[in-house]
Amino acid sequence: MNETRPTVYEELQAKGHSRRDFMKFCTFIGAALGLESTGIAQVVKALETKSRLPVVWLHFQECTCCSESFIRSSHPLVADVILDKISLDYTETLMAAAGHQAEATLKNTIEKYKGQYVLLVEGSIPTKEDGAYCCIGGKSSYDIFKEVSKDAKAIIAWGNCASAGCVQAANPNPTGATPIYKLAEGKTVINVQGCPPIAEVMAGVIVHILAFDRIPQLDSLGRPKAFYSSRVHDTCYRRPNYDAGLFVESWDDENAKKGYCLYKMGCRGPNTYNSCGVIKWNNGVSFPIQSGHPCIGCSEANFWDNGPFYKHLANFPGFGIESTADKVGIGLGAVTVAGIAAHAVVTNIRKRKEIMKGLRTTDNNIA
Amino acid sequence: MKEKKEAEHNETVYVWQLPVRFYHWINALSILVLCVTGFLIGYPIALQNSAEASFGYWFGTVRFIHFVAAFIFFFNFVYRLYWGFVGNKYAKWDNFIPYRKSQWQEVLDVLKVDILMVSKKPIDSVGHNALASLTYFFTFLAFLVQSLTGFGLYAAMSKSFFPKLFAWIVPILGGDFNTRMIHHIFMWLFIVFAIIHIYLVFYHDYVERRGVTSSMIGGWKFIEKGHMEEVKKKVKV
Repeated sequence: MNETRPTVYEELQAKGHSRRDFMKFCTFIGAALGLESTGIAQVVKALETKSRLPVVWLHFQECTCCSESFIRSSHPLVADVILDKISLDYTETLMAAAGHQAEATLKNTIEKYKGQYVLLVEGSIPTKEDGAYCCIGGKSSYDIFKEVSKDAKAIIAWGNCASAGCVQAANPNPTGATPIYKLAEGKTVINVQGCPPIAEVMAGVIVHILAFDRIPQLDSLGRPKAFYSSRVHDTCYRRPNYDAGLFVESWDDENAKKGYCLYKMGCRGPNTYNSCGVIKWNNGVSFPIQSGHPCIGCSEANFWDNGPFYKHLANFPGFGIESTADKVGIGLGAVTVAGIAAHAVVTNIRKRKEIMKGLRTTDNNIA
Repeated sequence: MKEKKEAEHNETVYVWQLPVRFYHWINALSILVLCVTGFLIGYPIALQNSAEASFGYWFGTVRFIHFVAAFIFFFNFVYRLYWGFVGNKYAKWDNFIPYRKSQWQEVLDVLKVDILMVSKKPIDSVGHNALASLTYFFTFLAFLVQSLTGFGLYAAMSKSFFPKLFAWIVPILGGDFNTRMIHHIFMWLFIVFAIIHIYLVFYHDYVERRGVTSSMIGGWKFIEKGHMEEVKKKVKV
């Protein structure tokens, strides 16, 4: 059972990476995690002395965009470390094995590394019709999750599907898609939010677990604070335009070309917590707002239901499409004013005697 | 002078103490400022110019005013709650919570006399009538919701401990987006309240002639002679 496994560093060396590459990776990931410079030494030590972290990556109701994001991570070693060296023992979309062989690998891993493996879940779990909407190898995703999560060292929910249900949990949620933290039965789930999450964030969370042997500090919605503690708005390079009141008024106007703030185009930056403005995407090339598109708030729960994307106020429930809180409010105000006008007229008719009595007394007194 | 003789038919009652009056006007002013700036934050007007963003800060200033007014609003509200325990009988907290049968009876009476105008029985209360008090109780709840959601949203951009005390509300409501929606919807309740409130003040001043409008400035109401004794007798029975 306890064969000596090579450490992460040894494996990287065997693959031909230099010490310099290794140190660069550790510094990079340490910086992404928000560690101080002394913390980077801890990362180095951990990767030098600890062996591969057994990882099981389960795919349920999802589109694999989290995996796609992950394998496109900017630092070459990020993908290497996780996909080759952190020992991805089971993942439906990338493993070579198939069928019974694959299922045997999963069983083998969770037995052999009981309490040591990290469970990564991509996708939500359908709970309606006994989970019939998502079955793998004849088992429902909920059953698979229960079996694998039981002895996991840590559970990470990749992306909005696993963290909040994403599009399949949007109203009316026909399959009963449920985020995994609701099914984890008391176990802490790390919600790595986003649709998809940023690759460096995903790698950072795994390295944190590997280096420090505990889960990173989480916010009140279960997201790692290192990456989700500030709003996209607060780290946005267009923020000065917001403060100066310079806004894009329509998609093709002069202001859009000048790169003004997209707040009036429905940008969700002010209510979305993520590090897009800092780490960015695709090797730090850009992020949606930099490309001229407002943030749609993909790292927040229910972002599909908070539509439409290009308006800041969601449609007001129960009043039909295109009715915002403001339209309802204006209607309510108009009804109030009409009611008041009617009341004022009726007052002068029905209370005439009372009002006239007052006038008469005064007249008499003056006379 | 005969006008003076008419005035003698009324007795003056000191209803609103100075702190209550201060509370009322600070509250009115801060709500006005909060609604106007809040609306601007929701729908910023297109004040464009060709200068670089670093030369302008008007939208930041609007938000700053909103936040300052919010602090004033909140502590003014807390102060009023305190005064509900130490103020005079017209300011007491038990006016606002209808736990007595007589209060509910008066709510019905006010509906009949003032709103539906099907009855002419005069209302006993000299301070707030029971329906007004009940409405104010609901506005206090709305104050609370607005303070919780407002400071909850503010917490994310503040380093101060005070707004952080409200941060827990955001995850309960399902994130910043929903919190902001609720904050926005409640603003409309404040606007509708203000319309009705101001109208009813005019109405009561016009029909009852007790000087209800000026009472919130000077504190005094002019009550028909004998009314106070009558009400006292009723309470004893």
